[in-house]
Amino acid sequence: MSTQLMDEQARKLLELAAQQTEVKGRSLWSDAWSRLLRNKAAMTSIIILALMTFAVIFGPLIIKAIYGFTFDYADWNQISAAPSIASGHLFGTDAIGRDLFVRTLYGGRISLLVGVVATLVSLAIGITYGATSGFLGGRADNLMMRIVDILYTVPFIFLVILLMVFFGRNIVLIFVAIGAISWLDMARIVRGQTLSLKGKEFIEASRAIGVSTPAIIRRHIIPNLLGIVVVYITLTIPRVILVESFLSFLGLGVQEPATSWGALVNEGAQEMESAPWMLIFPGVFLALTLFCFNFIGDGLRDALDPKDR
Amino acid sequence: MLVYSFKRLLSALPTLFIMIAVAFFMIRVAPGGPFDTEKNLPPEIEANLMKAYNLDKPTHEQFWDYLTNLAKGDFGPSFQYKDYTVTELIKTGFPVSIKLGLSAMILALFFGVLAGTIAAVKQNTHTDHATMFFAMTGISIPNFVMAPILILIFAVFLKWLPAGGWGPVGSLKHMVLPVIALALPQIAYISRLTRGSMVEVLRSNFIRTARAKGLSEKEVIFKHALKPALLPVVSYLGPATAAILTGSVVIEQIFGVPGLGRYFVQGALNRDYTLVVGVIVFYGALIILFNFLVDLIYGLLDPKVRYA
Repeated sequence: MSTQLMDEQARKLLELAAQQTEVKGRSLWSDAWSRLLRNKAAMTSIIILALMTFAVIFGPLIIKAIYGFTFDYADWNQISAAPSIASGHLFGTDAIGRDLFVRTLYGGRISLLVGVVATLVSLAIGITYGATSGFLGGRADNLMMRIVDILYTVPFIFLVILLMVFFGRNIVLIFVAIGAISWLDMARIVRGQTLSLKGKEFIEASRAIGVSTPAIIRRHIIPNLLGIVVVYITLTIPRVILVESFLSFLGLGVQEPATSWGALVNEGAQEMESAPWMLIFPGVFLALTLFCFNFIGDGLRDALDPKDR
Repeated sequence: MLVYSFKRLLSALPTLFIMIAVAFFMIRVAPGGPFDTEKNLPPEIEANLMKAYNLDKPTHEQFWDYLTNLAKGDFGPSFQYKDYTVTELIKTGFPVSIKLGLSAMILALFFGVLAGTIAAVKQNTHTDHATMFFAMTGISIPNFVMAPILILIFAVFLKWLPAGGWGPVGSLKHMVLPVIALALPQIAYISRLTRGSMVEVLRSNFIRTARAKGLSEKEVIFKHALKPALLPVVSYLGPATAAILTGSVVIEQIFGVPGLGRYFVQGALNRDYTLVVGVIVFYGALIILFNFLVDLIYGLLDPKVRYA
């Protein structure tokens, strides 16, 4: 009995020891993740953004369930009403009596959606273009990068304005147009990274032991590209949101009664003397979102770049 | 250097040509014409209008006419401001815009470099963190949010400055708010750039040498570190010009400044095609030219770059 117990204990101890001596692999990602966790600004930003996304998706539904306000419901008794808990208009109402809280959240849906979709468009173009250019190398690479250089000097935002003027304010067009003008950075970065990876010893080594090209791309090139791409995604999203807000502010973005943060800021700026809340709430939501994305982008860059440890 | 300049200017021509072509043909394929009104015009009048605005010829001839006129500096008549040509509108609006833009650029460079240098010298102190936090805030608050807030504080509540307008010549008190609103994001961006490169430069060997031979910290920074640290800022000047020109479009709109940006927005909203295209071509040429100048300056500052 006692020997059996001793055996049991000994085995448990051994197992415990084995667990501890087993070397835990530290991948680039787990390293980066632990560094990101230590970055207070970035972590706070992630939490705020998560809350923001949640609010933007479910907020309008909740408000509708409690107060019955929707983004295009006009409360004629409450025109340009100040924020108040009693009336249920927590952020006040706009010039035709629509609840500003719902509209701010609803506008956030559009702004965030544009941010994500347009970034995906730019990602698709940028990665394909950059990786092709980097992988082909030589004259093709030269030509492709020359084209990017030339495109860099074109003030695209003006062309997007032109597009909006001529083809009307179509939300799909906004997605595509903004995505199509913001892929240049991504292409350059991906191309540079691909070019430098192609010549690395570990790629050569995997070639030498007979790994196929698709496997090399999958196992070595893409994971190494991923870090920098993730950083640029988080930096492209706020830029894209800003472009959309800029267009909406000028009255060239989404159309009434749909709205976005830029359009709301525009309405707010016109009424700011009598109803400053119309400017302040959407403005704060927009700035806070951009702020968080920028901080996360910065934090990720620090976390994934082992040089600046 | 001369050969390089020539080559660069030559390579700018296709860029400009593409821009003009895209803008020109976009008008032609866009749904709806400039003379679509509520009531239908009699066909004779419409034909006369088309003739007056040169829209009755085949498209390729129109394009050729537009290009030749453009070469002479003629952007065509404005559709919206009936008695003005686009060239005249550019002539009245651009001096205002350039005054605004240049002031903002100078302000941005001065304070951006100053803040960035201070942050880099006091690296990892509270001063550094606070400066960079403010810089991030400056980048994240769009100028079209900042501008109304500035008006609300300084014009509506404090009543120190006018809320908008330009006065006859653009007096200082009219300029303060728009220039600040335009410059703030750039100050933020330039200070981040400067800090980054300054931190790197301050770690390099020649700075250690300078310190080792007993130079004061002031001399080290201003005589040795500043010039190489400013190189990224110089190459940012190209994109900064574009950003300020774009920014001035909304800023002029908000403050009611009679610059080119405001004409542009009005033109865009009223579908004044010739005006919109004219301004885009004009700004495009300006930005391309400025990028070229920046590259030349960069070559003068950085001995590693040689133009063969």
